[in-house]
This record gives sequence, structure tokens and C-alpha cells, in this order.
Amino acid sequence: MALDEIKIGGMGASRRRVEDNRFIRGKGNYVDDIVLPAMLHMEILRSPMAHARIKSIDVSKAWEIPGVRLVLTGEMLAARNLAWMPTLSYDTQAVMAMDKVRFQGQEVAAVIADDPYIAKDACEAIRVEYEALPVIVNPMQAMAPGAALIRDDKENQTDNKVFDWEVGDRAGADKAFAEADLISKIELHYPRSHPSPIETCGSIADFDRATGKLTVYMTTQAPHIIRAAVAMVAELPEHMIRIVSPDLGGGFGNKVPVYPGYVISILASILTERPVKWIEDKTGNLISTGFGRDVYLQGELAVRKDGKMLGVRMHTISDHGAFFADAQPSKFKIGLMHSAFACYDIPVAHLTATGTYTNKAPGGVAYRCSFRVTEAMFFQERMVQAAADDLGMDQAEFRRINFVKDDDFPHRTAYGFLTDSGQYGKCLDVGLEAIDYKNFLVQKEEAKKRGRLLGIGISTMTEPLGAGNSREYDILGIKMFDSAELRVHMSGKAILRTGAKSQGQGHETTWAQIVAHELGIPADDIVVEEGDTDTAPFGMGTYASRSTPVAGAAVAMVSRKIRAKARKIAAHLLEVSEEDVEWELGRFYVRSSPDRGVTIQDCAMAAYSNMPDGMEPGLENNAYYDPPNLTWPFACYISTVEVDPETGVWDVLKVVAVDDCGVRINPMIVEGQIMGGLTEAYAMASMQFITYDVEGNCVGSNYMDYLLPTAWETPGFELHEVVTPCPHHPIGAKGIGECATVGGPASFVNAVMDALRGTGVRNIDMPLLADRVYEAIQTGKDISGAPPIKTEE
Amino acid sequence: MYPPRFNYESPKSLAEAISLLTAGGGEAKVLAGGQSLVPMLKLRFASPEMLVDINNIPGLNYVRRDADGSIHIGALCRHEDLEKSEVIAEHQPTIAAAAPLVADPIVRTRGTFVGSVCHADPQGDWSATMIALDGHIVAQGPNGKRNIPARDFVTGPFQNALAFDEIAIEAVIPAPKGDVHGGYLKLERRVGDFATAAVAVALETSGGKVIRAGIALTGVGGRTINANVAADSLVGSALTIESITRAGELAAAAAEPRSDHRGSASYKRHIVSTFLTRILNNISESTVKAA
Ligand SMILES: Cc1cc2nc3c(=O)[nH]c(=O)nc-3n(C[C@H](O)[C@H](O)[C@H](O)COP(=O)(O)OP(=O)(O)OC[C@H]3O[C@@H](n4cnc5c(N)ncnc54)[C@H](O)[C@@H]3O)c2cc1C
Repeated sequence: MALDEIKIGGMGASRRRVEDNRFIRGKGNYVDDIVLPAMLHMEILRSPMAHARIKSIDVSKAWEIPGVRLVLTGEMLAARNLAWMPTLSYDTQAVMAMDKVRFQGQEVAAVIADDPYIAKDACEAIRVEYEALPVIVNPMQAMAPGAALIRDDKENQTDNKVFDWEVGDRAGADKAFAEADLISKIELHYPRSHPSPIETCGSIADFDRATGKLTVYMTTQAPHIIRAAVAMVAELPEHMIRIVSPDLGGGFGNKVPVYPGYVISILASILTERPVKWIEDKTGNLISTGFGRDVYLQGELAVRKDGKMLGVRMHTISDHGAFFADAQPSKFKIGLMHSAFACYDIPVAHLTATGTYTNKAPGGVAYRCSFRVTEAMFFQERMVQAAADDLGMDQAEFRRINFVKDDDFPHRTAYGFLTDSGQYGKCLDVGLEAIDYKNFLVQKEEAKKRGRLLGIGISTMTEPLGAGNSREYDILGIKMFDSAELRVHMSGKAILRTGAKSQGQGHETTWAQIVAHELGIPADDIVVEEGDTDTAPFGMGTYASRSTPVAGAAVAMVSRKIRAKARKIAAHLLEVSEEDVEWELGRFYVRSSPDRGVTIQDCAMAAYSNMPDGMEPGLENNAYYDPPNLTWPFACYISTVEVDPETGVWDVLKVVAVDDCGVRINPMIVEGQIMGGLTEAYAMASMQFITYDVEGNCVGSNYMDYLLPTAWETPGFELHEVVTPCPHHPIGAKGIGECATVGGPASFVNAVMDALRGTGVRNIDMPLLADRVYEAIQTGKDISGAPPIKTEE
Repeated sequence: MYPPRFNYESPKSLAEAISLLTAGGGEAKVLAGGQSLVPMLKLRFASPEMLVDINNIPGLNYVRRDADGSIHIGALCRHEDLEKSEVIAEHQPTIAAAAPLVADPIVRTRGTFVGSVCHADPQGDWSATMIALDGHIVAQGPNGKRNIPARDFVTGPFQNALAFDEIAIEAVIPAPKGDVHGGYLKLERRVGDFATAAVAVALETSGGKVIRAGIALTGVGGRTINANVAADSLVGSALTIESITRAGELAAAAAEPRSDHRGSASYKRHIVSTFLTRILNNISESTVKAA
């Protein structure tokens, strides 16, 4: 009898997360929990200025403090050719400032001492003399004639432009716009945000002079890429570098890049020959590490009177900070921005993009999304709402008639992506039904009598997740496949290792479920290990919702290799030929007499004790998986809000989420991902942004200014599902980790804009803080751009 | 967190605490709930030589109502104690309304009412309630006790009228002479955020007429604003649409807000008048209902 898949914790089981056992008991093992013998502590001195020439650095007072072991400055790094490092976007980034500082929070010096208190005291004793330079805090200033040159270190760089780039069909778009009945326009700013994991970045570098080996415990989502990067930057042989990423307290994209702190701690360990721990503080994390978004979006949609979309044009102006250190693996300068409108059947599209340097922190990361997909989907759904309004057409109907239809797959999007599956109309219907769309107008009228404005906002989206196939995606030339290694012990228990790295996604739980599904080994009998480059097989790490699409597929494929070998062993044990052996979950049996069978555990034991003649012993294997395409989940998020026009305060009444991420491995974990994503979406829409004042001071450098939503104000979410399996993924799964963060914000903003219908306001840029909503209602005008920071009336 | 070096003392009596402060000569600081002082240490904005932790001094954790109707809040009474207090729920609507709006539920379990008033943060909620209620602080030093009226207690942003060797041992809300009404409305971007603007109102009525009024504003100036002109305008007559509107305008005029990331100055002024009118309308409705 085949096993009951749910009982053994296979696919579809809402199995409890095994990792939670240690987390809720306080037994997690984070970088800061690791203590090595004779370990020293490092603290970084950061620049208070956003743009200034460094006239002098006097570290003598720091050296005088007892317990100080080393003081490092840019000059000392330069002497070892380490003052600059390459970025993931083929630019260079200062590890420590030498000539000048280019953003507030930039690394200027570091102290290594016996304990972190001494290191901090010594940092305060360092005297740096700065000469202020003009500060640039947005792309408009950056591109203005005569603007101060931020990257004067780069040969041939004469202005603050990072790139000009385009994709799509310019002439085709021009033609579509010429033939349109109506051209709808919108201008948006997606403000700078920060992934802000609760655990900040940190590392312990341990260079052993005797063995020549460097071990680095590090908060990284991608340990193998870090090993490659360290080999490049520190010029150490790859086999002498071991990167260990222990438990991570969240990542959200923030822990993909290589940060100066890591590099400095490595050098410090090499110089002191002692382990050196660096744990960034919250402010350091917020002001210096990889941010998200910060893009100005302008767009136009050409439509016919009957609502058919004819073409779209987009222009983006992005703010990359002082160094172009975007952590993204595509060949496209503005990431996957051109995934916009992938769920709509739109014949032609054109995108132009301009990137600029500013005096802000570098390192744009894909904050819980495939790179720039969040901005793309936000733009798309705000544009669609605006066009529906301009047409005077129902917003749901406008979407429905333009969706790619269920039987039109595979579908080549106007920008050239290939989408492969989905039931877009069905998802929308489920959502409209759940929110009671038909009766909403009645509620709206009732609320008006109470002096309140009600609004409903729809956001639908499909996003390319799971980078990626090796033809189009790489990091520093390394192709983006993933691997898994499965070792079945003689008792039928197993250990699985992958090159991915969970930061809360629950890989230890779900990977075992995939093996259980493929082999019938109970999930509880499988231990999952990740994060140590000395033991884990090669992988590109966990971000961009790529783990299930890529590493998860490798887990299925390696399980199938094991099953193929076990089948040979089963035939041997059953004394029949392999063709006569059938498989059901957990068991091989003889086709002609199903009662005669052996379990997968029997086969495992035989692999060590009774293998067929000539067969290599053991039951283990590995698999590398290069996905044929990205996966394309779809979602429809609908929310209703109530606005108090007297104060601009708005409350969420209801949020309905319909997600189609293909086959769900662990439904509970999938739902957790959606709720977490919607919470972040709500935060971005309502309260969250990092902005800078005119002097380049970061406003958002701590949790009093950079607001994370709490359980208190986060609305409840009602979740629904539709399942369209991914046609090319071995278990039919699509990415889900990021859909709600990507698609969610537009549903909230669209809802508030819907509530403001009739006031003449067409757009308020995020975050929709009460004062901005109030001002819009009062003036009847749009509120654009980063919320202005003025200190005086 | 890596604060600068300091000595830590944990006295068991007020007398011992006061002598430690005296010996500290201005370089010692009282540690109550630590919810403002500890973040300042972390950020190295404060670097006292000594912390005098008063948490182990018995007899300071109380909130009680005396026979004359005055309310007494001891130096170790936490925000949460006030939020859950039956005495407050029954007799003191201004404090009852503010308690659940101070900080977040976690901070409220540690932070103290008196500590908050001592901290004199222009964005602190309790100072406004104290001024609206015309309360006073009881200070104890080497030479005994003295009363400091709340309206004189805050001398500037993060500055109070205590001498370096004095401890605020109690906050007192005087006995009311009429029926007690009050409210507190606060606009915050998120739970645990300081006020964008907040309004504290304390009224006493007799025979339908206002016989005492106190209004104070949080977050709209370099210190808690005593909107006494607005308050005085209400005294002597019943609440009417006109008097409420007028008080709203006067309070907005008394505010001295600055534009910042919490909102523009004009928005904050608008919130002051809107919130004041909302509180007064509520009171007016409930007094009409009662009458
Ligand atoms: C996340 C967060 C959010 C917050 N949000 C708010 C908010 O929305 N509204 C608000 O009002 N507050 C807020 N606070 C501050 C909080 O209310 C503090 O508890 C309060 O301001 C100080 O009280 P404390 O007992 O913690 O004082 P402490 O931090 O211990 O001390 C504060 C200062 O007062 C002095 N002091 C304390 N007690 C005495 C005493 N008895 N005699 C003499 N001096 C004394 C100390 O020496 C110190 O200078 C917040 C705090 C945090 C951490």
C-alpha cells in the first residue's frame, strides 16, 4: 500500500516548521552567538557628512586607549590594494573612504579591540577633518548642469550619470500611440526603503596562519557567491576559504551584497592573526547597507475606446547612491523593470531608463522581489487604474478584457519575456467575490453619510521569479543554477544539502517534504543542511524567490536519481527484472503481484549490505538544476479602505489575497509568506520610507524614524488560492516568497485614490502618510516625490 | 548596546538615593523605567558618571485616590499600571484616555509616569496631561520635600525644575471641584511613535457650565504647550458649537509646530484644532446626555 503522503509530511502537508523548535526556544545560532577563542571586536567609524573631502584623519588618541589592537584607515587598506572593491553591477565601491566621503554613514576607519565597548570608545577618539562639498540627494540634482561630480575617482566619468538604457520597440510604440483613442499618463516615485532584517549584518573572520585557511562566519544569503567574491577581492585560493552562514535573522535581499564591514574584518583577522567579530548596529545597517527602490517612474498607456490596451511607454530615473552596487543578476541595467504588463495582452512596449549617482547609500537590492519587479508591478497597476479612470471604465473589467487568456500560453510579452501558465481571470473573480465588489458602492454611500470616504483598490500581477536560466542570468559570470546533494543512510534516514540559504523561508521543513514526496521517506527522517561552503554543494543562494524554483527543483531531481538506483536494487531484492518493478509512494512492487514489494528503506539497507553484482555501493547523489525558464506566479490583491477627510488618516477595512503559485509544498508556509509580504506592502504604502534632508542626513536611520509595522496596525488578511502548476518545474511549483510585497502596495494606494475620487487628486506618492492625504484632499492636487524634509516652517 | 562607561548604584531607600545624587554632584542620574534614559545611553547622547536605580526602593509603586478626591501617582507607577487602574478608569478620564496611547505595550510595562514628566520630552504625552490637569510634582531632596506645579516643572526641552540632588517621588492631580471630564487624542504614524500632534483636555463642570479648563498640546513646540488662553475661553459658560470652534482656533494659534517628517506645521496646527473640537464635542454630547 502506498503511504499517505500527508501523514509522512510530503507535498501538501502543512507540516510545522522544524527550525522553529530551536528559534522559539532561544537556541538559534546566529553570527553574534558564535564566540571563538581569543576573538577581537571591530567597530566602524562612519562619516557624519554626505559629501566631503577628507583633509586628515588622526587616530593617535584611539591607539592610546588600553585594549585597542588595531586601527585601520583607507590609507592602510590602499597599501594592500583593498581600498576599493568591485560591485555586483560592475562598478567599484570604496571599502573605506580615502579621498572623500560620498554618503552619510560611509566607512572611514575601524578599530579592533578587546571588547566592543573599547572599540566604540576608540572610534569616538578618532579625529577626522572634513571639508564640506555640495550635496546631491536626488536624480534631478544629480543631472542638473554644473552639479558636483560625485565619482571623481572614475576615469572618463564627467557627470553623475550611471547609465542610459532602453529595451522594447520604440518605433512600434510610437505607432501604437499615434493610433490610440486615448493616452493615459502617470508619474510616480517609488521611495527608497530598506529591507531592514531584525538581525543586522555581521561577520567573524578567522584567518589561521598555520593552515592558511580563512573561515568567515557571515550573515549572507549567498555563501558560495561570497566565497567567489572573497577569492577575487582578497586574492586567496578558493579551497582555503570557508564561508559559513549560520542561522539568519531575516535577509529580505539585504544580505546578498558584499559589504565593506566583511572585507575589513577579514583584513583585520589576517593582520592580527586572531578572530575578529564585527556586528553592525541598527543605524549602521539602515544608513549604509543595501536599500530598495528609489525610482521615479513616468509612463503612458495607449488605449482604444473599447478598453483594449495598444501599447505602453515607460521611463525610469533611478537613484543608485554613491556607488552602482545594485545586487542583481540580470543583464538588464534596470533589472526586470520590463516585466511590467506581463499579465496583459499588450502588443508593444518601450522602456528607457536613466541611472544616477547621488550622495546616498549605495547598493540597491531586490528587497523581497526579483530585481525591480516591485517597482514594475506598482507602476503597472497604478497606470492601469489611472487609464481605467480616464476611460470611465470599471477597473476590474478593464483588467479582465486585457488579461492574457488561459489558453494563450505560452505567451511572449511585449518586452520579450515568455510567460507559460496562469488563470488570471479566475483569480480576479475569486477576489471580487471575496471582497463583495458588487455591494461596495452601497457601503460607500453609507460611509459618506458618516463623513468618511471609502475606496477599493485592485492590484493584479505576474512576476518573473526564480532566476534563472543560465543563458540570461549570472552573477559575475557565474551561471544561476543550483544544486542538491542527498545521502540516504542504511536505515533509510537521510541528509539533504543544498546551495540555497534559508533566512526564514523554512527550507529545513519544505526541502524534506519534496524528498518525502519523491521517495516516500518520512520528512521527519530527513535532516536538511545549508550555509557552509565546505559541506554544501554549490548554489547561488536564496533571494528573488528562486529557492523553490531552482534549488527545490534540484531537490526533486536528486531524489529521482536516488529512486532510479533504488529501483535497480529493488529488482535485485525482488528477483525480477527492472521493467517489472512498479513504484508507489515509499515502495517498489512487482507489477504482476503487487503484494510482493520492498520499501525504500529496504533498498537503502541493501545499498550498504546486499547490492547487486557490479553495482557501486551506497545510496547518494547530487543534481544540478538549470531552469528552462523563470516561473510566473500570479496574484490578485484587493483592499478596501476608509479615509477620514478631516485628518487624512486611513484605515484598512479588508484585504483579500488570491495567489496562484502553482503547486503548494507546505500550504502553511506559503500562507505565512503571503501574510508577511502583505504586511511589508502595507508598510510601504502607509508609513515607510528613507529620505534625506538637503544636507544629505539620512532620515530613517533608526526605528523611531524608519517605521516597521507592528501587529497593532497591520490589517488582517483573507487568503484564497488558485492552482495552475508550473509546466516546466519538476513538481509544478512557482515562486511565492515575494508576490505579496510586489503586488500588495498598489492595492492599498489604488484604494486610497479610489476613496479620493472626485477630489481631483490623481496620485499621492508613497508612503501615504496622513498629512499627505490630508493635503491632497485640501488642495485637490497630487502629492509627488519623496516626502519633503524641511526643518523650518 | 555599548554605552559609555558608568557606575551603577541600586539604593534601597530614598535617603540613600538622595545622598548618592548629592555625592554625584550633578553627574549622577536617576534610572526609573529606563525607556528614555537607556536609549540615550545607547546612542551616547547621555554620559552620566553614575546611574542611581530607584527601582528597588520600596513604596514608590502606587496610584491612589485620597478621600479629598486628589490622585497620587508614585515614582514607580508604570504606564501600564495606569492603563489598567480602576481608580483612573473611574475618576480620571484624561489620564485614562492617554494611557493606551503612550509608546507601545512593551514600553508601557517599564516606563513610568513620573519619569516621563521628568524627561520633559516635548513629545512626551504625560506632561500634557499634567498641565491640563494642573497637577504638581512632589520633589524630595536633602532638605525635604517641595511641590512644583506642572506648568513650571518643564523648563525647556529635556530640562526640568529639579535640583540635581532631588528626586520626583510623586505626581499629584488635585481634587476636582466639579464634575470631571477629559480626553486625550493623539495622531501617530504607528503604535510606539511619538505624537505628530496630540491634545490633552481636562474640564470640570458644574450645573452645565465649565468651571475649570485645562488644555495642553504635545509634539507641537519646543516644549509641552500650555494652551491656557484656549482653556480660559471655555470657563464660565456651557460648551457650545461656537465656544468649541473658538477654543479650537485659539489652541491652534498657541501651537508652535515645526515642519518635519511627521508633517507640515500647518497640518499639525490643523490636527490640534480638529482633535480639540472632537474631544470637546464628545464631552458636550456626554454632558447633554447626562443632563
Ligand atoms: C519605543 C519607545 C516609544 C516611546 N513612545 C513614547 C510615546 O509615544 N509617548 C511618550 O510620552 N513616551 C514615549 N516613550 C518614552 C517612555 O514613555 C518613557 O518611559 C518615559 O519617557 C520615561 O520614563 P522612564 O520611567 O522610562 O524614565 P527613565 O528613562 O528611567 O528616565 C528618563 C529621565 O528622567 C529622569 N528621571 C526618571 N525618573 C525620575 C525621578 N523619579 N526623579 C527624577 N528624575 C527622574 C532620569 O534621570 C532620566 O533623565 C517611548 C519610549 C520608547 C523606548
